Amino acid sequence: MTTYIVRRLLGAIPLVLGIATIVFFVVNLAPGDPSLRFMSPNISPQAMEQIRANLGLDQPIHVRYVKWLGALAKGDLGYSFTHNRPVTSVIAEILPNTLLLSVAAIGTAFLIGVLLGIVQAVRQYSITDQLLSVIALFFYSMPSFWLAIMMVLTFSLMATSIFGFGLPASDLQSVDYSFLSFGGKLQDRLMHLILPATSLALVLAAGVARYTRGSMLEVIRQDFVRTARAKGLSERVVIMRHALRNALIPIITLFGLYLPFFFSGAVFIETVFAWPGMGKLVVDAITQRDYPVIMGGSLIFANMVVIGNLIADVLYAVVDPRIRYD
Amino acid sequence: MTEPGSDHGFDLRERPRHRGGVGLSVVMPGLPQLLVGRWGGGSTALVLWLGLWAILVGRWDRVAASLGGALEQRVALVTLLLGLVASWGWSLRDVRRIPPAVEEGVSQWRLAGRAFRKNRLAVLGLMAIVGLYVVALVTPFLAPHDPTAQGALSGRLAGPSGSFLLGTDHLSRDVLSRILYGARISLSIGFVAVGISVTLGTLIGATSGFFGGRVDEFIMRFVDMIISFPRLVLLILIVALFDGSSIFLIIAILGLTQWPGTSRIVRGEVLSLREREFIQAAEALGFSRWRIILRHIVPNVMAPVIVAATLGIGHVIVLEAGLSFLGIGIQPPTPSWGSMVSDGRDVLLDAWWISTFPGLAIVLTVVCFNLVGDGLRDALDPRLRT
Repeated sequence: MTTYIVRRLLGAIPLVLGIATIVFFVVNLAPGDPSLRFMSPNISPQAMEQIRANLGLDQPIHVRYVKWLGALAKGDLGYSFTHNRPVTSVIAEILPNTLLLSVAAIGTAFLIGVLLGIVQAVRQYSITDQLLSVIALFFYSMPSFWLAIMMVLTFSLMATSIFGFGLPASDLQSVDYSFLSFGGKLQDRLMHLILPATSLALVLAAGVARYTRGSMLEVIRQDFVRTARAKGLSERVVIMRHALRNALIPIITLFGLYLPFFFSGAVFIETVFAWPGMGKLVVDAITQRDYPVIMGGSLIFANMVVIGNLIADVLYAVVDPRIRYD
Repeated sequence: MTEPGSDHGFDLRERPRHRGGVGLSVVMPGLPQLLVGRWGGGSTALVLWLGLWAILVGRWDRVAASLGGALEQRVALVTLLLGLVASWGWSLRDVRRIPPAVEEGVSQWRLAGRAFRKNRLAVLGLMAIVGLYVVALVTPFLAPHDPTAQGALSGRLAGPSGSFLLGTDHLSRDVLSRILYGARISLSIGFVAVGISVTLGTLIGATSGFFGGRVDEFIMRFVDMIISFPRLVLLILIVALFDGSSIFLIIAILGLTQWPGTSRIVRGEVLSLREREFIQAAEALGFSRWRIILRHIVPNVMAPVIVAATLGIGHVIVLEAGLSFLGIGIQPPTPSWGSMVSDGRDVLLDAWWISTFPGLAIVLTVVCFNLVGDGLRDALDPRLRT
């Protein structure tokens, strides 16, 4: 198993390198460069030259590429123009927010999705199954930003105007966060997490439910399930202990497959809910032409997907004893 | 031969026909088919026929004016006339067709078509898509107001009413008209981008699977790379940095980033096809590699590609809406569903209709494409045809 993990880790290196290359060239071959931020009618051409030289833009692109890779190897992502500090420190501050949102959303999505999938598979072709399929199809076809806005409208704005209480719809925490007690702080954070996490989760839960249903149906028809029933086990034990365990194995692959969608979804959710996360960071950086943050942010984003896929593959190998990797 | 085709697991006989329906179908195309229970094609033809006549009569002034009008108006006119001719001609030809006495060999596509027709939801989805495209094309005749005309200041954020069915937005533009015009962006982007990606993905996947070895290794690593990149971030990067407010750039980029998924599917299929006897036979006959790829391999991998393409259209529509929502897609004042949702964000409580209805339009469109995609998958997979 260890050799397998090491081999996978080594295999990921060219992938990471390739991603870094794409990021660098997309950003650097685009028209316009960071020095334009400082452009103004009052600035002399000599000063512009100086700024370009300070930013290293007077060098040819391949030199800049090698330098950037070298800095990257040392963990240096450059210096943010808008935040006025190293990109690594900006990302280090913001990454936990995105991880919190992602973990909460992924957990919810898989919990809801797997549960609904089981119900549908066990009651195949029943009214419940068909109804859930239709609902899942709708959520599956929904743009996450629209779902998020509809959630804000119903559970935050309308709830406030009708019941006088609604879920918070922006930022990580309330304004008076630092004055709250520990329990109050926890509750405040949780309240702020509910809407973004469920908006992100529901769209993907629909996909998970569809997949789980199919996977369960395949397993339920197999011989060992019939054997379990023939032994006289209760239906609950047959489904939860025998069928579900085997049906869940392919779901792990789904986890790796869905990660890019989660992060794409996070960009919208973070924009709608003003959630200070990686997605919002990169989108804001693009509009402000903060090149180091754009490159560093997209790089971290892409590598999170690589790491997630790695975890999924390793989990797959751990869970399924039929697969031998070494 | 007792029951032709019963070994296929379903009815292969000719579909029912309305006797003496020729006269009926001249006046009411689709009605004869509807009367014998073929509701899919029948109601499509009938609704198309009646709807387009209603437009022709009800909006006669606009139709007449469109002859010398702008391109979009002439396109609308052509669509209108073609739609009328198509529903009329299809119905008439269908009624007059004489079924062959003996069922001849049936191709896999015809089999798939028959399986597809049994899936009510998928047929409904397909009908809705046809309707959407027709509506999008004849919108210049249909829309109650100009989508970009700003009304009086007092007409801002007016709720749904008789003259503005879905209300007005913050610039007192009619939301319904904007949704109708916005449909053209979403539908054409989905179609063209997926066309690009399917062509690229099929060719690259087939090449990768057929040649194998180093070529395969290189292409698949590249595909891994693109797939593990959050596509939205890549799109935002390219569109924003290249100042891509042009619709063509957005279509091209959406198409050029969509192919890796397709090429993975195709490669997998090709790998298994390559070992099959008929490919070996083609090789033994001395056909060139490209001839084998294009004439023998590609047609055999079309089924999963078509499914992926149909589902992909829905995905591209959502992505484009997302880009426009973030303000880096289609630029105002051109109406696009994504930017309309974004327009309503700040006035959500006062004017909920601005964000809600364009979003509903996206959901319904994508649901239709997903229904058809699922239906096609079931219909094209022979393993499910038992």
